[in-house]
Amino acid sequence: MNNNRETASSSSHLLNALRADVRYDGRKKDDFRNIEIEFGVSNTADGSAKIKAGNTEIIIGVSLSVGSPFPDRPDEGALMVSAELLPIAHPGIEMGPPGIDAIEISRVIDRSIRESGAIDVKDLCIVPGEKVWIVSVDIVPINHDGNIIDIGAIGAIAALQQTKFPQLDENNVADYKHKSDKTVALLHKPIPVTVCKIKDQLFVDPIKVEEDQIDARLTVTVLENGKICSLQKGGEVGLTTEEIKKAFDLATEKAKELQKYV
Amino acid sequence: MVEYKERFDGRAMDECRPMTAKVGVVKNAMGSAYFKIGNTIAYAAVYGPREIYPKFLSNPKKGVLRVNYNMMTFAGPGERNRPGPNRRAKEISMVSEKALLPVVDLSKFPNSVVDVFIELPQTDAGSRCAGITAASMALADAGLVMKDMVPAVAVGMVGNTPVVDLSYHEEQPEGMEAVDIPLAVVPSTGEVTLLQMDGVIDKEQLIKVIELGKNACKQIAEVQRKALKEKYEGDADEQ
Repeated sequence: MNNNRETASSSSHLLNALRADVRYDGRKKDDFRNIEIEFGVSNTADGSAKIKAGNTEIIIGVSLSVGSPFPDRPDEGALMVSAELLPIAHPGIEMGPPGIDAIEISRVIDRSIRESGAIDVKDLCIVPGEKVWIVSVDIVPINHDGNIIDIGAIGAIAALQQTKFPQLDENNVADYKHKSDKTVALLHKPIPVTVCKIKDQLFVDPIKVEEDQIDARLTVTVLENGKICSLQKGGEVGLTTEEIKKAFDLATEKAKELQKYV
Repeated sequence: MVEYKERFDGRAMDECRPMTAKVGVVKNAMGSAYFKIGNTIAYAAVYGPREIYPKFLSNPKKGVLRVNYNMMTFAGPGERNRPGPNRRAKEISMVSEKALLPVVDLSKFPNSVVDVFIELPQTDAGSRCAGITAASMALADAGLVMKDMVPAVAVGMVGNTPVVDLSYHEEQPEGMEAVDIPLAVVPSTGEVTLLQMDGVIDKEQLIKVIELGKNACKQIAEVQRKALKEKYEGDADEQ
């Protein structure tokens, strides 16, 4: 296990490193880690991917199931994103029901995909008012070294692109063991970029030791046309208008770069 | 009883599905492993020895081994499963713990815990055995004192034919009865540390099938050892 980073990370040390624009892993403040995506990591899922950025490694599985539509949206399917922070991924994670960290990750990624209209929910309708497809995206970090929101969301978009519907018989009963050729229609590729703040320094893609010490963060989800489709501010310190503007610029620039992975 | 002449996937009756093993796959853990057998994939990671919570579980005489088995929501063959532990997962966690405990020496770590987390992203029968096989590699990778590895495999009968490493199809074959026996063995002593069974079988045949499983476990132990050696040799090259 790599402990030397932990010992080197008193907050003043981290701040000095950011001011010098040389982070613990050698990156600059606005550098994202290199991303690798592997597809088809679970043939029991309807779509799956494993995404790696530095030492953060996440498995994403997409499951499609037949359910009832919401009464106010009878001809639309539904999306459900769940992130689990399992103790396999980090020594600091304990067993038990999802904590607030995992819930926030789930909901921020859920909103990124939902609010962008990335999934054509009308295409998920089987019988209006009766049967629709429910798309469940499960985000499972295997090794947690920071920035689960951004990396998990990119992995989720990647996995959704590869997702195939289970077969339906003539009575619209799903055969979950056999996949059809129909794929989930993706209309957009939203990319969240979380901009972190420590004192006067802004940076992206934190590793765990950086993430543990941030004062504030702003997750900005950006569409392929540069428009912003969701926001989440976290951390215990406020952001100035100037910082928010900078975060928008930085996120837009990074999202453009990250589009190449999906 | 119907004779099962040829396996669905063309394997010999005493042949395991293709295996892939790797250690050091979870960077944050003290030790970790990946084990794939056929279409079943298990990750295992070891954290500890470390302080035990809740405290009342601590043992002042020796360390506690705590195993947690978990199938990811999308790892089953049918519809998405609910996340979190269910009765099946809790039982498998417990028997996996008992399967591994006899080889691990925890006498030097009183009041501590060694946590083993088994995660399965994809399963096709034999998931508890794959989990134990991966967990045993992860414990060795963590540098704990161990008597031996613990390879595990399911053996059994399909129709009236003894088979090794049953696939999902073979657990529920059409028009035939099946017997499924998950088995873990300490190869050097021949001790059996996991033994469960679903199905009906006569005594003589059961003993024969268990012997078949012991041989298969020896092959699996070779795969485990090779994976550990590969990492060790890799480390030496880097220095």
